[in-house]
Amino acid sequence: MSPIIKLSNVSKSFGALQVLDGISFDVHPGSVVALIGRSGSGKSTALRCMNGLETIDSGEIDICSHRLGTTVEKGLLRALHLDVGMVFQSYNLFPHLTVGQNIMLAPRWVKKSAKGEARERAMEVLSRVGLAEKFDSYPEQLSGGQQQRVAIARSLAMQPKVMLFDEVTSALDPELTGEVLRVMESLAREGMTMVLVTHEMAFARRVADTVIFMHKGRIHEKGPGAMLEAPSTPELAQFVGNGL
Amino acid sequence: MAYQFDFSFLSEYWPELLRGLWLTLKMSVLTIVLGFLVGTVLAIGRTAHSAWVRRACGVYVEVIRNTPLLIQMFLIYFGLASLGLKLGANFCAILSIVINISAYTCEIMRAGIESIRKGQLEAAQCLGLSRLQTLAAVVLPPATERVYPALTSQFILIMLTTSVVSQISAEELTSIAARIDSITFRSFEIYLVVALLYILLAVAVRGTFWLIARLVFPRLRRLGTPL
Amino acid sequence: MLTTFQIQALLVGALWTVGLALVAFIGGGVIGLLVAVTRVSRHRIVRNLSFLYVQIVQGTPLLIQMMLAYFGLSLLGYDLPPFAAACLAIVVYASAYFGEIWRGGILTVPKTQWEAAECLALSDAQRFWLIIVPQALRLSTPPTVGFMVQVVKNTSLASVIGVADLTYTSKLINNSTFQPFQVFVLVAALYFVMCFPLAWWSRKLEDRLNVSNH
Repeated sequence: MSPIIKLSNVSKSFGALQVLDGISFDVHPGSVVALIGRSGSGKSTALRCMNGLETIDSGEIDICSHRLGTTVEKGLLRALHLDVGMVFQSYNLFPHLTVGQNIMLAPRWVKKSAKGEARERAMEVLSRVGLAEKFDSYPEQLSGGQQQRVAIARSLAMQPKVMLFDEVTSALDPELTGEVLRVMESLAREGMTMVLVTHEMAFARRVADTVIFMHKGRIHEKGPGAMLEAPSTPELAQFVGNGL
Repeated sequence: MAYQFDFSFLSEYWPELLRGLWLTLKMSVLTIVLGFLVGTVLAIGRTAHSAWVRRACGVYVEVIRNTPLLIQMFLIYFGLASLGLKLGANFCAILSIVINISAYTCEIMRAGIESIRKGQLEAAQCLGLSRLQTLAAVVLPPATERVYPALTSQFILIMLTTSVVSQISAEELTSIAARIDSITFRSFEIYLVVALLYILLAVAVRGTFWLIARLVFPRLRRLGTPL
Repeated sequence: MLTTFQIQALLVGALWTVGLALVAFIGGGVIGLLVAVTRVSRHRIVRNLSFLYVQIVQGTPLLIQMMLAYFGLSLLGYDLPPFAAACLAIVVYASAYFGEIWRGGILTVPKTQWEAAECLALSDAQRFWLIIVPQALRLSTPPTVGFMVQVVKNTSLASVIGVADLTYTSKLINNSTFQPFQVFVLVAALYFVMCFPLAWWSRKLEDRLNVSNH
């Protein structure tokens, strides 16, 4: 099976700071890849490059048959965003819109779906994250965990082929992370292709097919979830040790 | 002090005052709507990618905000006339007020637009919204809601500002007052009455804006909390 | 082209404009302070009266205030020059806006500052003048300077009651030369020269405040 995402020798700097230093990896359809590492190791940047929020300095990214090079034209980005969903650490729900309106916005405006159809679809994805009764609430009326689940639903409503998760539980109180992780785990079970940046080691070990440990802008270690129990490099051992 | 106040002129001239009030109101609504639209476009211009667009909008705002409306009005009214363009006093008045107010609205709206966090734009982008769609659905509505109190104060100022039009035209409230004054010589009384009318108008405008906010910001209507 | 004499007349007019603005800053500042203090007074009646004053002044056009001051003073039997009436009107006008700006500054000082001052056993007056006012002043300096630009520009309305300021003079000259572009562009430039430094300073102050708040 050919990969749905392929990063080839991707590099990226912010000014003098080299954040990504020639990283390459593949993601196969239906698999879950977890990017882990210290803050500043480049994992979030890698994720943001994958859907064009950052442009890369060299290398190539192929994702859902779109090719991102060192320059990206606008039309390509829009097509890309139809196939790739993204969930952010800070939820980024639109505060002036209800939960339902947040979810229906892109299907209505971008996919030009009919209102009834968009509504039905919104209800469906909202039920999937267990928040159907919050359709008419505003984001500020929800807890952080609920807001993040709505953000996942908003992304799902566009029926993406791939979903990217950028530290989606980092801003949440510990007792609220569980509900979000459960939603992600069920998505993974249903066969969604997912790339996630996370600090939740137990979750990564249990759910990810591949774990990539990034260190100083490079892929330092890569393997199945079980790798976290038997690190082969001192850096990962130290990182995992700190995490426990 | 034996001055005898005499408001008897009111019985004869109140229809004229009402007509003046009506024109002031119409002028205010027109300049508020147009000023808001032009000001918002300018605010978008001030946050544009192109440095030239940003700079041009910036110069416009600075020049307008640092010169008196009266001079701007004279320049447009007498200036256009000297070029052979007879556009009518009311038209020139509205044009100069719109130009003036758009510069202020621009700065208020810019503050609103800049208050929108970058994550909101990224989320919109990741959902596939175009730049224009993002602006219309994600940026402008909450930006407007956030600066709405400042906009309201500014719009009441515009309503009061229309009195300056009396210096070139002769139909709105202040001009009518001047005319009645020149006939009746009850200067103090007439301006007292007009002052009262402006206060009532200001209260009415404030109330109207409160209502409009409840209509156009459903979140505010339901929750009542600031955004 | 404008003659030397006409340009001189405009410059004299500009002096009157500056004079009027200075009167507004000083007079409006003093009364404005009174407005600010009474607006946050503990006594309900004082507070309400002050509120009413602000509402009336901010609810009427300065132009009408000019007229009322001009005709009102002459009713009282004073045969004062228009300049005095203009001073009265613009002082009243500026005081209401300065007062509201400074009240905003006073209210922005965090409540914990009042509490901290109370815990140090300062008296009410000491708390207010030693702890709150200095902080409020710092917070409200940028909008104060910003409003000064409005004051300078709005002195132009004194021309309607016959004060021979820059605007009045420019209108006279335009009537005799009918060179509106030359006259009014020059006059606009003169106002700009008076206002822009204030606007620029206000922005600098604001930037500095924002930086120190981070």
